[in-house]
Amino acid sequence: MEKFRSFDEIKKSLENKETDCKAVVTYYLNNIQTKAHLNAFVEVYTQSALDQAAAVDKKLASGNAGKLAGMVLGIKDVLCYQGHEANASSKILEGFESQFTGTAIQRLIDEDAIIIGRLNCDEFGMGSSNENSVHGRVLNGVDEERVPGGSSGGSAVAVQANLCTASLGTDTGGSVRQPAAFTGVIGVKPTYSRVSRYGLIAYASSFDTIGVFSNTVKDNALVLEIMAGSDDFDSTASRKPVPHYSELLHFDKPAKIAYLKETIYSDSLQDDIKENILGTLETLKKEGHEIVEVNFPLLDYVLPTYYILTTAEASSNLSRFDGVKYGYRSPNAHNLESMYKMTRSEGFGPEVKRRIMLGTFVLSASYYDAYFTKAQKVRRLIKEFTENLLDKYDFIIMPTTPSTAFKFGEHSNDPVAMYLEDLFTVQASVSGVPAISIPNGTDRNGLPIGLQIMANSFKEADLFAFANYLTTMKS
Amino acid sequence: MKLDTNTLKKIAHLARLEFDEESAGKMTQDMTQILNWVEKLNELNTDGVEPLTTMSSEVNVMREDVVGTHLDHEKGLKNAPQRDSDYFRVPKVLE
Repeated sequence: MEKFRSFDEIKKSLENKETDCKAVVTYYLNNIQTKAHLNAFVEVYTQSALDQAAAVDKKLASGNAGKLAGMVLGIKDVLCYQGHEANASSKILEGFESQFTGTAIQRLIDEDAIIIGRLNCDEFGMGSSNENSVHGRVLNGVDEERVPGGSSGGSAVAVQANLCTASLGTDTGGSVRQPAAFTGVIGVKPTYSRVSRYGLIAYASSFDTIGVFSNTVKDNALVLEIMAGSDDFDSTASRKPVPHYSELLHFDKPAKIAYLKETIYSDSLQDDIKENILGTLETLKKEGHEIVEVNFPLLDYVLPTYYILTTAEASSNLSRFDGVKYGYRSPNAHNLESMYKMTRSEGFGPEVKRRIMLGTFVLSASYYDAYFTKAQKVRRLIKEFTENLLDKYDFIIMPTTPSTAFKFGEHSNDPVAMYLEDLFTVQASVSGVPAISIPNGTDRNGLPIGLQIMANSFKEADLFAFANYLTTMKS
Repeated sequence: MKLDTNTLKKIAHLARLEFDEESAGKMTQDMTQILNWVEKLNELNTDGVEPLTTMSSEVNVMREDVVGTHLDHEKGLKNAPQRDSDYFRVPKVLE
């Protein structure tokens, strides 16, 4: 029987002494084994998870357990957890063992969350289908011929297939929200700088965020409130106080909601998704909320801006993988320069190389102003436009993705077609504002449709409350 | 923007990557396609717009300068592909 799909359910069983943490972990370990062919987990921490469970059970017995006692988490293969491997799904980090634990994970462990293993993803978070992984592709549990989305595909499927209570992913341009939509789970990208990035293998540092996958809004809110907050090890992390999102889930006022004409009437939007979102907006109107159509003339410029800036940052961040300090080193090199070149050429996959090359190009002296500086200017226009809109309206609602989950190989030969998968998710990333994707029904083939809600910076409490209201309104 | 072979070689060297003839052709084609696509930004007038260079609203994050524990030497060397007791080892820089 399906159980433990929410932390509330686990807590209740623990309180009633119907189960203990060891049994909860064992339950998920069995599911992981049964669903091993989905390839969500790269490595299962059987022993350390059982050890953690035993320790938490002791704390529960003596009444001093943390807020997450009994919650079992999977983590994306780009997050450092001391004594465990992390590869960013890349050959270039093969054998790398984390020498410290990142802040976000440490805070969860300090509240007695149990880490059950690390999850497959696109190499260095670069991809929208989880097809770019040295660990192989991840299958979508709804239809195993289809992609789970990316880059955090393993994290999405782990929650979808009930292999853990919640999971951590990272979202640079949609890597939590898009796979959440494709797999029918809840995924949040917090405000940029809300969660410390210490211990996260960097892709694009002015976009990277750590986000959460879960089956319930409450679990998502709870995990985020514990991870978030200032950190001595990441000076960009916000020092704004963190509200207790999970205790602020009640929403009972009329909301002012904008939808962007260019997104809902976009040619690339699948018909079923369009009907689905128009239906939701209609229901909201009937419930007394104000729904306003606004124009977003910058939509077509968001993805180009994103790709120029993220590839530039990636080319710089990924220069640290040189075969000297960790990971793979080519055995074929004969001097220092050939060691760098051969290590990197043999260690990185094709999509990562493409982005490093593009980033190097847009940062090179002759093209810097024409591409990089230009994109930084457009980023300001997009950010200001989005923030002004969110000053006027409480939320922007739009589809999470232009289509539901596509088949393996469908976009493999055309990088730009793959990039267009992120059309609706990059606006929040370019602007730094928080956004959530919640499941909102299915298309004619039974594939999950995601609904995306955006709020202004640091308005996660409103975002969670409204998402919670929407999920209860539907059921 | 049409990339030529020489530019590709130069960029590859800057990125410390190398491509054989076939993959260089594919890379040139992909990069040209992507660059043509991102050049859409030129349609927008950005005169007088300041480039956005930082996304965090935190400025001047200060702390006391105190001695703390950092990654110790052995841990720092733990993942090295090649090392001796004190240092990372690399191939000869000068032949």
